Amino acid sequence: MLQQYQLNVGFDEMLDPRKGVRSHYRKFHKLFDDVTPAEFAAKRQAVDTAFLRQGVTFNVYGDAAGAEKIFPFDLLPRIIPASEWEHLERGLTQRIMALNLFLHDIYHEQKILKDGVIPEFYVLSARHFRREFVNFSVPKDIYIHVCGTDLIRDKDGHYLVLEDNGRCPSGVSYVLENRRALKRAFPGMFEGIGVRPVENYAQELLKSLKYIAPAGVGDPTVVVLTPGAYNSAYFEHTYLARQMGIEIVEGRDLFVRDSRVFMRTTKGPQPVHVIYRRIDDDFIDPTVFRKDSMLGVPGLINAYRAGNVSLANSIGTGIADDKVMYYFVPRMIKYYLDQEPILPNVPTYLASEEKDKKYILEHLPELVVKAANESGGYGMLMGPKASSEEIEKFRQLIIAEPRNYIAQPMIFLSQHPTYCEDGFEGRHVDLRPFILSGERTSIIPGGLTRVALRKGSLVVNSSQGGGSKDTWVLYGDE
Amino acid sequence: MLSRVANSLYWMARYIERAENIARIVDVNLQLLLDVRNLDEKRLTAYWLPIVQATGDEEAFFKGHGQATGNAVTEFLVFDLQNPNSLLQSICQARENARMVRDQITLELWEELNRLYLFARSAHAREVWRRSASEFFQEVKASSLHIIGIINATLIRNEGWWFILAGQFLERADKTTRILDVRYQSLPERGMPEPITPDTALEWSAVLRSCSAWDAYKTIHGADVHPRRVAEFLLLSDVFPRSVRFCASELNLALRRISGVAEGRFTNDAEKLTGRFLAELQFSTIEEIFEIGLHKYLDDAQLKLNNVGAELFRAYIYQPFENPDEVHMVQQEEQQQQ
Repeated sequence: MLQQYQLNVGFDEMLDPRKGVRSHYRKFHKLFDDVTPAEFAAKRQAVDTAFLRQGVTFNVYGDAAGAEKIFPFDLLPRIIPASEWEHLERGLTQRIMALNLFLHDIYHEQKILKDGVIPEFYVLSARHFRREFVNFSVPKDIYIHVCGTDLIRDKDGHYLVLEDNGRCPSGVSYVLENRRALKRAFPGMFEGIGVRPVENYAQELLKSLKYIAPAGVGDPTVVVLTPGAYNSAYFEHTYLARQMGIEIVEGRDLFVRDSRVFMRTTKGPQPVHVIYRRIDDDFIDPTVFRKDSMLGVPGLINAYRAGNVSLANSIGTGIADDKVMYYFVPRMIKYYLDQEPILPNVPTYLASEEKDKKYILEHLPELVVKAANESGGYGMLMGPKASSEEIEKFRQLIIAEPRNYIAQPMIFLSQHPTYCEDGFEGRHVDLRPFILSGERTSIIPGGLTRVALRKGSLVVNSSQGGGSKDTWVLYGDE
Repeated sequence: MLSRVANSLYWMARYIERAENIARIVDVNLQLLLDVRNLDEKRLTAYWLPIVQATGDEEAFFKGHGQATGNAVTEFLVFDLQNPNSLLQSICQARENARMVRDQITLELWEELNRLYLFARSAHAREVWRRSASEFFQEVKASSLHIIGIINATLIRNEGWWFILAGQFLERADKTTRILDVRYQSLPERGMPEPITPDTALEWSAVLRSCSAWDAYKTIHGADVHPRRVAEFLLLSDVFPRSVRFCASELNLALRRISGVAEGRFTNDAEKLTGRFLAELQFSTIEEIFEIGLHKYLDDAQLKLNNVGAELFRAYIYQPFENPDEVHMVQQEEQQQQ
């Protein structure tokens, strides 16, 4: 079925312009040849139905009918050979180490600022810098326990880091569910091709959560704290809780007494020791952060400070995925680890640097402009695709608040054959591996491959018409 | 089990039961009126007012309506979203509670409840209603029974299951007392009822039909309908699954399974009050109840059931878990999931 697939402009994950199918795709390509269009259609149908039935869905805001939509899933897997994955693993491990060291530093001695490696102004002015937590030591010195780092490939196939998500990265439930779906659809392929399993993510996550339990607690109670049933990622929260076999709680299920956290159960209050929270800092405790928060737990921060409960991720990690701070990550790696970055950044311009600002304002139609603290594809300008009004609007925004904007050249993400209405076409993809920091750093082999289903689109977010693929990391290179 | 989860399961079950009971009571009354001749406005009110009184929302009704006409009452009881106990509002509440614990219930249950909700809110439902109210009620009743079947056939028997049962039987007991009370004005305040006319017999068989009790009653007593027997059947039968005694017995079982306490003992006031209420039903005769006065007895029973609900809440839930208001929902949506 893939015979008609044509090479497009840009880097293609499967096809080499000169040598044809890349060696790590060959086995799959051969096996997939035996699948007839009718079989493929039936498999697609079966997978979609299974997702809807099981509720592998995300909520659509503002839909009064309470409709839940499935995250579109493309059956063709994205394949990564072993040597390439080792390279990514080393790069991601290096990066998360540097970020954790950076967070520890800026919440303690601030050496990196004093040594002038990062201008002090950028850190102190960051929206997600929590000065309340300066000199507070987090359990085991781990700040980011779960990180979802977005990687893209440029036109030559080099991997670049697009952003680090160190607050509440989501999407891992799709990694696990996509794999289950593909195993059902193509049961014969896995053994022959040699695909590394992803199943033990939940155990690894639980292990890293238990690792940070307060001292002296033998068998800690771990819970997932969700904003509630109206959050877009509610499915994932319940999914992870079920997989780990722990309770999923809302803020109102918890209360604090004598700086200890309890959950309300039908058998009375039960102590809670570790909270995997999927609520932003701002909402987590109305007595400390936003007073109008109805999702948080009054007194939680006090219990956290007293060392009676641990939080993952820690408070104040948002500073590390501020898009301005991103610019400095290569410097952090050099400063803390004395190494060269294994995975480079996308070239970035800071609007608050006079020289860069001038460049940005002169080249707006060619650049991608991003707000420093937004995520999910919001607050963005895609220069080459924007109307002149949009460009003007961003010009004013940048002039008014330069600290809040960065700009990057447009990167043509790599493409991957994807099923579209008229057969298989190339669609742009990125990759979000999930990195767990506990006793050791572990990375789920692969991660979430997101695909922009609209032709030519470079935006892969689910809220903006993106879908996903299963990601296969091979035991070998072929 | 988290208290919030227990609370949601309990209320989900209560609201499903409530919706079904409203459907039956309004449906039966509409059909009864087809058999009554010489209906003037005054007589119509005499048929509809007791229905409003039975639901316990008389005050709320007269705030919005001057007179208990058929249209006003059915609109108030069925579609009025301002009435917190209307059929539509009950379905919305049942679904809302289920949504809060979506991970704790089965897909089958969620899908059917969601389907009922989407139907009840649709323009299509209004069309069905205009064409034939009976058909509309049939849809609601069938869905409710379907849901009860799914609950039975798919849910694991854990603590949550017993909270569902507690909610279901508490609500059912309450509604049976209210339906039985609809015709109280035709009864003497105290003492046994007089022999009745064929017209009154029709009204009492409507009471039975409102409780889905018509066939069960006939099996035991034949077609001879008399208020004494109807009251005995709906209050004291130990074999009919909607009688107050049967419901109290199931409620008692559910509460004891939740706490694990042995029969004849109690660990909280919900158990104590339920046990007492059940014993009273087990060791009473209908003559004694008519001696007290049926209306008064039913009033007391409702009060007792209310107290059981309040004590159950105090024992296991601790604090009101109100349904999220809009601010709460907006904040949930605002949480950035990167």
